[in-house]
Amino acid sequence: MNSSVKHSNPSVMVTADGVPLMVSLSRAKRKAKIRALLLVTPLFLFILVTFFIPIASMLLRSVDNEVVEETLSRTVPILQGWDQTGDTIPDETVFVALHQDFVDGYREKTIGSPGRRLNYEKPGFSSLFRKTARKAEKFEPPYQAAFIKADKKWGDINYWRVLKRESGPSTDSYYMTALDYGYNDIGERVAKADDQSIYVDLFGRTFWISFVITSICLVLAFPISYLLSILPAKSSNLLMILVLLPFWTSLLVRTSAWIALLQQQGVINDMLVWAGFLGDDNRLAMIHNQAGTIIAMVHVLLPFMVLPLYSVMKTIPQSYMRAARSLGANPFTAFVRVYLPGTIPGIGAGSILVFIISIGYYITPALVGGQSGTLISNFIAYHLQSSLNWGLAAALGAILLFAVFALYILYDKIVGIDNMKLG
Amino acid sequence: MALPSYAGKLETTWYYVYRIICGMILFFLIAPIVVIIPLSFNAEPYFTFSKEMLAFDPAGFSTKWYQDFFSDRNWQGAVKNSFIIAIFSTMISVTLGTVAALGLSRSEMPYKTLVMGILISPMIVPLIISAAGMFFFYTEIGLASTHLGVILAHAALATPFVVITVTATLVGFDQSLTRAAATLGASPTTTFFRVIVPLILPGVISGGLFAFVTSFDEVVVVKFVGSYQQRTIPWAMFSGIREQISPTILAVATLLVIFSICLLTVVELLRRRNERQRGLSPA
Repeated sequence: MNSSVKHSNPSVMVTADGVPLMVSLSRAKRKAKIRALLLVTPLFLFILVTFFIPIASMLLRSVDNEVVEETLSRTVPILQGWDQTGDTIPDETVFVALHQDFVDGYREKTIGSPGRRLNYEKPGFSSLFRKTARKAEKFEPPYQAAFIKADKKWGDINYWRVLKRESGPSTDSYYMTALDYGYNDIGERVAKADDQSIYVDLFGRTFWISFVITSICLVLAFPISYLLSILPAKSSNLLMILVLLPFWTSLLVRTSAWIALLQQQGVINDMLVWAGFLGDDNRLAMIHNQAGTIIAMVHVLLPFMVLPLYSVMKTIPQSYMRAARSLGANPFTAFVRVYLPGTIPGIGAGSILVFIISIGYYITPALVGGQSGTLISNFIAYHLQSSLNWGLAAALGAILLFAVFALYILYDKIVGIDNMKLG
Repeated sequence: MALPSYAGKLETTWYYVYRIICGMILFFLIAPIVVIIPLSFNAEPYFTFSKEMLAFDPAGFSTKWYQDFFSDRNWQGAVKNSFIIAIFSTMISVTLGTVAALGLSRSEMPYKTLVMGILISPMIVPLIISAAGMFFFYTEIGLASTHLGVILAHAALATPFVVITVTATLVGFDQSLTRAAATLGASPTTTFFRVIVPLILPGVISGGLFAFVTSFDEVVVVKFVGSYQQRTIPWAMFSGIREQISPTILAVATLLVIFSICLLTVVELLRRRNERQRGLSPA
């Protein structure tokens, strides 16, 4: 048969076992492709389970609202028939269902959760649910009157409007809070008053502080990267250690060093007082404020700016500057028009890297930031650990993640992810 | 770079001013790390130099914060946890990361950039988000407050560093070497251990050091996923700074600086060895 194939089409090249070369080649290629994919698979699955699924499930919490529907399983379907735009509270049928839900919920100790959930929307729900649950077992019909007698908030139509609005399986209210929006009494979305808006300002501050940190890092990193790139290898390796040692030193070590330096009874203030620049009673407040966050974070992130800048500058031949000079450019013109454009990739890479790291920073602002120097991460941590409003923490996290992701794509466009280098 | 002979007065001045500016920036980088070393020998419980210290009076110096560190069971527990967690998570991330890097640097690898982007994203996602996600998920599956949970979490955070360093070593890796080994009768396993591993070892080791440091220095995730039983050195320092500031923290910090000097030395030696081997630098 082999010979007949050969015979019928002599222009097709075949391998020793008679398979056309094209087929054999593509088969081998497919095999190699699968082999390469198989090597990546273990890590991919590991990252999927330990990292991506956790983050995805956390992000789902930002819209998850099932607790109300689950606990008030009888009330919610009936409540859908009630017209929240009118001015009467729901009728007896809803209250009958509500009574059963409360009795069951109290017995199974689940009634507190929807109360806490709704309390984020309208303060008072948590105590309303707790108070009513204790008494619900003894209620006698008509239940509407009994509920209102137990707590008059049940007669307030605004509580019912919120309850109906938040009775679906998902909610956008966490995102609305995270963007400083709220609902008015009749359920329209409105921007919050200036004195109540927190998070837009906080995002703005986070971006602003990150921008300031990135700019300072760039200004400080540029001269030393340039110096490192033009010095002979022996001395530049030596100076490089001064950049790499902070890079390899524990973040907590550097942060505690800055606390020792910057605090009111710290080294810098003591030196200024000793030198007579400051009176003992008006020491500078350089820590537990924005200045503290910026100084410490610039120090932490400076190596991340120096390293990419240095690696780009190293590739620019020094003869370019000399050529420009010999063509009559003064040092300044030669620098701005010849050298600087060549460093743009390094500036882009370093700036985006520093910016990405600083908008998500938590440790340093938490320790030296005080009130004015805290960033969005610190608020996420606060809602996770103290206020326990996990939905809001997830919504804030999702917005932050979106910003980081956008910058990551930008980084890929400018530098290329597979060009990332360390140390 | 010496000053060119045609330099004018202005340029000469700038040459020296520029060097002074650079000196100041490098001083800013290194001074905070250097300053904690003498401060950790302070006899007084302050974070600043006492009068006795400035006068070099021996009475102003003391090693009591080091004694405190070595005798305190909380600190010793933190040291033990830090090493256990860092060593095991490094082992996991080096194994998975190296194998993945071998796949990624094959020319047949489809969607290379996308896969790379996914694999190194744990390095880019803000730690607080990773920590929050892991906190919820690991609690559900019973891994929270266990050493295993923290080890897996740190391994996930550390693998990108291994992937990046090993992939960098494999740039310019001659694939015909493996084919040559195969034609000489070596099995794929023999080829891997006797041809590939010796060549990529510097990258694997420096990736491993990066992974180790990532875990050793990490505090956000361990605070969310772990409990007091998993308390590490950075965690102890974090709460130490927040609760009762004692110079013991500076003693620990000094020891950590010495530790990072050792790490930096190893990484630099490896980098130079790697460059020499590949003929990138004549040194």
